Amino acid sequence: MTKKLKTKNIFVSGFTPHVSCLKRAVCSVQRAANHRILYLFVILFLPYNCFAQSISSPELINNAKQYDGKTVVYEGEVIGDIMVRGEYAWINVNDGKTAIGIWIDKDLTKNILYAGSYKSKGDWVEITGVFHRACVEHGGDLDIHAQAIRKIGLGRQTPERLNLGKRNFAFVLFWILCLIIILRQLKLK
Amino acid sequence: MILKPNIDDIKNIGYYLGKIIIGLGFAMFVPIVIGLSFKETNPALDFLISMEIALIFGLILTKLCFTPPRAQGAGFTEKDLNWMQGMIVVSLSWLVAMVLGAIPLYLSGHWKSYLDACFDAMSGFATTGLTLVQNLDHLSFTHNLWRHLIMFIGGQGIVIVALSLFVKGFSGAFKMYVGEARDERVLPNVIHTSRFIWLVSIVYLILGTIALGIVGTLNGMKPINAFFHGACVFMAAFDTGGFAPQSQNILYYHSLPFEIVTIIIMILGAINFKLHYHLWMGNRREICRDIETRTLFITIMITFFITAVGLTQLGTYPKSITLLRKGFYQLVSGHTGTGYMTIYAQQFINEWNHLALVGLICAMALGGGVCSTTGAIKMLRIGIIFKALQEDIKRIILSERSIVVQKFHHIKEIFLEDKQARSALLITLAYLGLYGLGAIVGMFFGYPFLDSLFESTSAAANVGLSCGITNVSMPVALKFTYILQMWAGRLEFMSVFTLIGFFVAAIRGK
Repeated sequence: MTKKLKTKNIFVSGFTPHVSCLKRAVCSVQRAANHRILYLFVILFLPYNCFAQSISSPELINNAKQYDGKTVVYEGEVIGDIMVRGEYAWINVNDGKTAIGIWIDKDLTKNILYAGSYKSKGDWVEITGVFHRACVEHGGDLDIHAQAIRKIGLGRQTPERLNLGKRNFAFVLFWILCLIIILRQLKLK
Repeated sequence: MILKPNIDDIKNIGYYLGKIIIGLGFAMFVPIVIGLSFKETNPALDFLISMEIALIFGLILTKLCFTPPRAQGAGFTEKDLNWMQGMIVVSLSWLVAMVLGAIPLYLSGHWKSYLDACFDAMSGFATTGLTLVQNLDHLSFTHNLWRHLIMFIGGQGIVIVALSLFVKGFSGAFKMYVGEARDERVLPNVIHTSRFIWLVSIVYLILGTIALGIVGTLNGMKPINAFFHGACVFMAAFDTGGFAPQSQNILYYHSLPFEIVTIIIMILGAINFKLHYHLWMGNRREICRDIETRTLFITIMITFFITAVGLTQLGTYPKSITLLRKGFYQLVSGHTGTGYMTIYAQQFINEWNHLALVGLICAMALGGGVCSTTGAIKMLRIGIIFKALQEDIKRIILSERSIVVQKFHHIKEIFLEDKQARSALLITLAYLGLYGLGAIVGMFFGYPFLDSLFESTSAAANVGLSCGITNVSMPVALKFTYILQMWAGRLEFMSVFTLIGFFVAAIRGK
């Protein structure tokens, strides 16, 4: 939905009509009028079945009955593995509090470059999809069946920097340990 | 008159404690190897530091407390332990293991305080599974392995690990073995029993890791992750622990085959090692005849019936297949004392009604087999109490002249004696008291009764299922309460009572 609105804005502000494409422009205007009616319809009825603002995982889990079967927007970091199952895939998205499983078309996961782990920060994505409190299709799992995915932030590798404090402390302890072992051996003799 | 412990008692306890600390230090070598193979330098350093601290303390303690036995003159023969010393070594070993095992966890920066790290370390060693870790999804392989390895070590018994590695054979071994809540020997010799327990666990570890690794790979995980998760999940499932490498626990995998394999592993972990021995020897009939497996089957069915009725009343799961998958999984996980979850903690309170929760709490309170890796009251005791009740009813019904004899089958036919029934009832009462005590402390901090009882039972029975009370922001006193419950519950009270008695004697004794 957000994507479509943005496309429309680009069309209005950036497109300059020429005489040669007047016919196409008329058609566009007609289409735009139709779209407006559609948008009006969506704006009027959306609040009854869709939550356009991003909802946090505790909010979804604690009020699962309220959101059950509704279209929700949920955002967070992709973590762990992208588990492809046939034409679809499971991804787990963590919003910083809890992770929720997302059942998504395999093709929609192609843009996900990084999944969160010790060595990387996963892509931050916005998921629009139908929330299920106890999904019948997936054995009662609490999940979201994604309809659209939008990458908000790109993940990255998080290279490890050697902690010098830890290294030095380990050295000091090593020498203490050696000293104790030597003293024990000397006393034994 | 209470006798004050003398310096020899303290030295002997310190000596064996030192040995166990050294053993624990060597155990940290495993995550160091993993850390270096995965090129995780800082996590490997965390374990190097912890290992060095453990070895320093262990070596100092063994040196300071070494006393050659007088009867044999000056020499380096190890002195034997008496019952009191053996029990105290065990109870202190678990506390020391918690303190040392928490060091690498705290150094990782994923635990907000050292107390939180200690909570998780005790939860790991006691195979509970309650956790206060932060940002688990970004935890290193090294630390994740340690979290699961401590469950594997704790499940077999910290002292057993040390026994089978360092002790060649002495009668004090049996005292420590009993102190770790294992009053049954698989083989006549305790050291051989410890080694057999290790053998069973290692064989199952290999098979379980392969099974879970294959399922994980088929589920779309990267093979390296699948097999690493497989090893971790196996260690936690077989030792009825409940830690998992990801924050969503088993829900992360979204896989029925994965759940089925973990159910099998959890049940294997809940079975008495003595029974495993007979199964290995080809005596398969034993599994149907033994009082423990029969009681386990019956109690699983009864508690699942209660839970299922509860879930049906509220219509929590729209289809019976989903009810079976979610309800049965949490129930088996709770009954075996594992604590693996395929739902979120808050869902217990928000979506399960009181009846379903009571069914689950009863299952958690009962536990698995004696001489297994589970906690709680345990099946043999439940079976014995039931048999004793049956005997008493028969005595009332039958004529006064008749002689009532009650038998039960546990590896062999055993005549039920009053002392067995008394001992089973005493331990059961102690557990019920511990569950209640934790619930009262929970209510003291304002949590509702059922929530408090749920979490308290989970901690004391070393289960690990949570309804959401266990989190970083819970009161410090409640964290201490749960740590004590996990510790006392895992050791089945005797060694804990002995330690309390030791301190009382040290203060009031003459």
